[in-house]
Amino acid sequence: MQFLTDRKRAQGLGSGRGGTHHHWQMMVTSMLLVVLGPLFVITFGLGLGGTYEEVLAYFARPLPALITILTLAVGIYHVMQETLVAVEDYVPGIAGKITMVVVTAFSYALIAAGIFAVARIAL
Amino acid sequence: MVQFTLPKNSKIRVGKTWPKPEGATNTRKFQIYRWDPDTGENPSVDTYFVDMDSCGPMVLDALIKIKTETDPTLTFRRSCREGICGSCAMNIDGINTLACIYGMDEVKGDVKIYPLPHMPVVKDLIPDLTHFYAQHASIMPWLETKTNRPQREWKQSIEDRKKLDGLYECVMCASCSTSCPSYWWNGDRYLGPAALLHAYRWIIDSRDEATGERLDELEDPFKLYRCHTIMNCAKTCPKGLNPAKAIAHIKKMMVERAH
Repeated sequence: MQFLTDRKRAQGLGSGRGGTHHHWQMMVTSMLLVVLGPLFVITFGLGLGGTYEEVLAYFARPLPALITILTLAVGIYHVMQETLVAVEDYVPGIAGKITMVVVTAFSYALIAAGIFAVARIAL
Repeated sequence: MVQFTLPKNSKIRVGKTWPKPEGATNTRKFQIYRWDPDTGENPSVDTYFVDMDSCGPMVLDALIKIKTETDPTLTFRRSCREGICGSCAMNIDGINTLACIYGMDEVKGDVKIYPLPHMPVVKDLIPDLTHFYAQHASIMPWLETKTNRPQREWKQSIEDRKKLDGLYECVMCASCSTSCPSYWWNGDRYLGPAALLHAYRWIIDSRDEATGERLDELEDPFKLYRCHTIMNCAKTCPKGLNPAKAIAHIKKMMVERAH
């Protein structure tokens, strides 16, 4: 039990002097995805329907490969940031901190795996 | 912290059904949340019938009538009866609003009245707004100046005064903050739409000289950035204000000074 004044309880530990960078990052990645999303759908769609070798050859070309890598990297980074906010919202305490580490590690692993897969096809 | 179910001692049970007023032909059914801390019992929903032929048009009129004629133990806050004091904020028909300016004709079917959601209840329809008011106090809701006080008033142009329209009208009824899921889950740290609207009111005031300090204090992942633009605040505000827009302006100012 703590005998805190209402004001002290409301002020807590004060301002963390943060959050704006995250907010800006979300806006930037959102704008990038507005462009990358349709580009990816178009390029991915154009690559469909061929034989295995034709699809491999298509994604080995610079433009489809780069668009795929950028969409993967920016998309997963964006989702990761949003997920971290959701975790902050819903998972309190040490469980929340551990979940955030897991989400971050999983997201970067996903980005690395995606880049590796496309690079392996393209190179 | 997130709670998806009510705690055991908050589960609502069916309460008492009060008799219909004698001789009344045009009655309306009211279902009202009741909880008395002195009994130690769980909250209940009591049913009342109001004679609409002898009742005013607003929900507060019916509540006062019930308290006067049927059940004097029914407890609620009210004062001005014209949407200025913000005392009678409650959840009516699923919407946080002021009982004094919410017409019963706006409610379809039975009138269901609960206290403002996700706040500790003092009794019946009275929520504990202690933390809400302390959060409001923490944003320094007053004019901060460093320049020596002028001999007469602090001057403000008509254009600068107009920037306060849509902000100064807030009556701190807490309808917006208690409709906000972010405030439900993280109300201990997130300031909520009402406090942030007031913060912006002072940030944007041309006479205030503590803009930087105010923004510094707000720049926090929880105090400000828990707002996810859900917009419940703007939808529910009984005064027709838009706290979400004020919060968006604060975020924009944060980005402007950082980039």
